[in-house]
Amino acid sequence: MEFGLSEEQTLLQDSLNRYLDDASSLEQVKTLVDNPATGLWTGLAELGVPALLIAESAGGVGLGCVEAALVSESLGAHTAPVPFIGTVVMAPLAIALAGVEQDALLAAIASGNTTVGVAVAESIAARADAGVVSDGANLSGKALFVLDFGADQYLVADDKRALFLVAADAYGLQARSLATIDKTRPSGELVFSNTPATRLTDDPDVLRQVIDAGRVMLAADTLGAAQNMLDQSVEYAKQREQFNRPIASFQAVKHMCAEMAAELEPCRALVWYAAHTLDAVADEATLTACHAKAHLAETGTFVAKTATEVHGGMGFTDLLGLHYWFKRIGFNRQMLGAPEMVREEAARVQDLVG
Amino acid sequence: MDLSYGPEYESFRAEVVTFLTTHRDAAPKGEGMRAAASLAWQKLLIENGYTARTIPEQYGGYGAEPDILKSRIIAEEFANAKTSTGLGGQGISMLVPTLLEMGTEEQKQQFIGPTLRGEMVWCQGYSEPGAGSDLASLRTSAVLDGDEWVVNGQKIWTSTAHIADWIFCLVRTEPDAPKHKGISFLLFEMDTPGIEIRPLVDMTGAANFNETFFTDVRVPKQQIVGERGEGWLVANAILGHERDSLGNPNITLARFNALIDLLKTETIDGQRLIDHPTYRDRLMRIQGRVMALRCNDLRILSAKLNNADATLARMIVKLQGTELRHDLEGLAIDAMGEFGLAYDDNPYVRDHGSWQAQYMFYLGLIIGGGTSQIQKNIISERGLDMPREPKVEKASQG
Ligand SMILES: Cc1cc2nc3c(=O)[nH]c(=O)nc-3n(C[C@H](O)[C@H](O)[C@H](O)COP(=O)(O)OP(=O)(O)OC[C@H]3O[C@@H](n4cnc5c(N)ncnc54)[C@H](O)[C@@H]3O)c2cc1C
Repeated sequence: MEFGLSEEQTLLQDSLNRYLDDASSLEQVKTLVDNPATGLWTGLAELGVPALLIAESAGGVGLGCVEAALVSESLGAHTAPVPFIGTVVMAPLAIALAGVEQDALLAAIASGNTTVGVAVAESIAARADAGVVSDGANLSGKALFVLDFGADQYLVADDKRALFLVAADAYGLQARSLATIDKTRPSGELVFSNTPATRLTDDPDVLRQVIDAGRVMLAADTLGAAQNMLDQSVEYAKQREQFNRPIASFQAVKHMCAEMAAELEPCRALVWYAAHTLDAVADEATLTACHAKAHLAETGTFVAKTATEVHGGMGFTDLLGLHYWFKRIGFNRQMLGAPEMVREEAARVQDLVG
Repeated sequence: MDLSYGPEYESFRAEVVTFLTTHRDAAPKGEGMRAAASLAWQKLLIENGYTARTIPEQYGGYGAEPDILKSRIIAEEFANAKTSTGLGGQGISMLVPTLLEMGTEEQKQQFIGPTLRGEMVWCQGYSEPGAGSDLASLRTSAVLDGDEWVVNGQKIWTSTAHIADWIFCLVRTEPDAPKHKGISFLLFEMDTPGIEIRPLVDMTGAANFNETFFTDVRVPKQQIVGERGEGWLVANAILGHERDSLGNPNITLARFNALIDLLKTETIDGQRLIDHPTYRDRLMRIQGRVMALRCNDLRILSAKLNNADATLARMIVKLQGTELRHDLEGLAIDAMGEFGLAYDDNPYVRDHGSWQAQYMFYLGLIIGGGTSQIQKNIISERGLDMPREPKVEKASQG
């Protein structure tokens, strides 16, 4: 009985962090976002990252959502520009839960050769003119805010909450990249006109579980990014001197750091638990995922702002690059449901909405 | 993460639920800690292992092996049933764990059992008018005279001194030693000659704390925990326990459940408060914080059992837990609006005025036991390794 990480899980995260410290250093990230080379993704594929959740029988490594959350945390800490949440988590989970045969696709994902984006934003909150309908085999309409945009395939939800797979080069599919504040994770929209698609499932419960998992991964990404911003703040405060003393000796600065730590530390246990419920406690999973998503969004926003302030003018510059983490946290906050929206869902699953 | 609830746990949960349905009517409903109902309930809880669960039987506890899942089940079911989890107070939450860690065998035998049963009520004599956050500057003195300490000085903010049987008290025994090294930790009876208690009314209107004066109070020499001059170490062990118990998220969970009930019963314009999206959103936001602190609590418990590190996780409990509880009570007041102001004998008062009383009481706990600012000093200095506050010597004693 243990509420914490196993030795294997700690080792997994440590070795991933060691790899990312070099391969996804800020300097690397700055060049990768403008010039998406595949080196980082290939390296992660060699470490088995894309195969993480895929069953061993389908060529994967068959680990669970706790491990996936640890990977997501590390990627957030390193603002790694890689297609993780859709390709590695949401798509393989959707295929497994739908119970359909997609071994070739799973093997291609596991090897890092195929990426899958996710277009489900309309099933959480549909904007004007957006939404996808299907006639059973073909999709029409528009999907906004696609995760892991620029992928080889897309996982798409229609207005009945059924799930489909669509190839990026399918007939009648137009993909348009859309700039957001976060350059480390491309986003965009898909427009379908009678586009042929493979139906995975009509069961809306699959979509719900896939969104739960996506939300926990975004929360974990924020945990990693916020912890990194706190660590950078403490480090910077010890180096930077004003009034002939390190700014870390000013109580106002110490208390900003203490507040960040005090808010963030319980988030770690919350993310572990939310990931654990995805694997093992089905009837708590949606509620816990909602709270992890919303609570990390709030805490992340607080840390992102406070950490920037600790750095003074330097925190505002592109040179220091603290804004990569700031924007990563901002992206995680809005995607798959902004905090108010997600909390309303938390109330609904507890029958608190009359 | 290994939290699998096997059949063993499901039957344990069923046992707890059965216990609660059978006995919950006997639970005290706000009677004082001396009331017969409170003492009988405490006895029943110890016998069934729902309180003092892991304290050894030979000292009057239940003597179970620590088990995170069972502790969690007990906390959850008592919170669901909104039923008292037994006596608290500084004797049970602070002195008992400290004696278990640092007391002599005789002290454990003499004090732990009666304290757990509620027969021996304690107060904590630390703060003085000149020594609050800077506790180590305390001046109440104790001088050895034959086989007895002779105590002189004044304490302040001594909660429950007026009803306590005993006090655990910090006194200066080595006036020439550096300030942290000259303190000792004494235990003595509150009816010892030379003790005078003057009540202080607090903002809730109750007089729960006191000024406590000592004039030539004679204390048997052996009633000391730790060695002479080690009182600061003993006190810090105790402060660790206090911080774990102030803002305990399992108690907050019960209060959160009561808040849901309140929002489901109170109405505005014929609509339940819970049906107002703004209040519902604030409620959910509080629930997220409660959930995070409960997970944090399980992590601490697990780390203790598995020798894993959870230093920072522990350090933030008092700060986060008391601030959360204060905010939780504040939401109830806001949602009730003008009714939230009702107090004392106002016929519109809800839940006996407990929302206002607890809102204020938790502001007291944000200050007591080391203020939020002192907690942030500790977190930044010991948790994040940032520079210590500069030490300033007093220029002159005037
Ligand atoms: C409800 C309640 C119950 C209590 N019960 C007991 C009890 O049973 N026994 C007992 O011994 N004591 C008890 N206390 C006393 C309590 O421990 C003290 O009130 C507390 O430690 C603060 O000390 P102080 O009141 O002297 O405030 P001060 O130390 O004067 O603090 C005043 C303000 O200055 C700030 N401050 C002080 N030093 C620093 C610093 N270094 N850095 C930043 N800010 C600083 C504080 O945070 C606070 O905001 C109780 C207090 C309350 C409110």
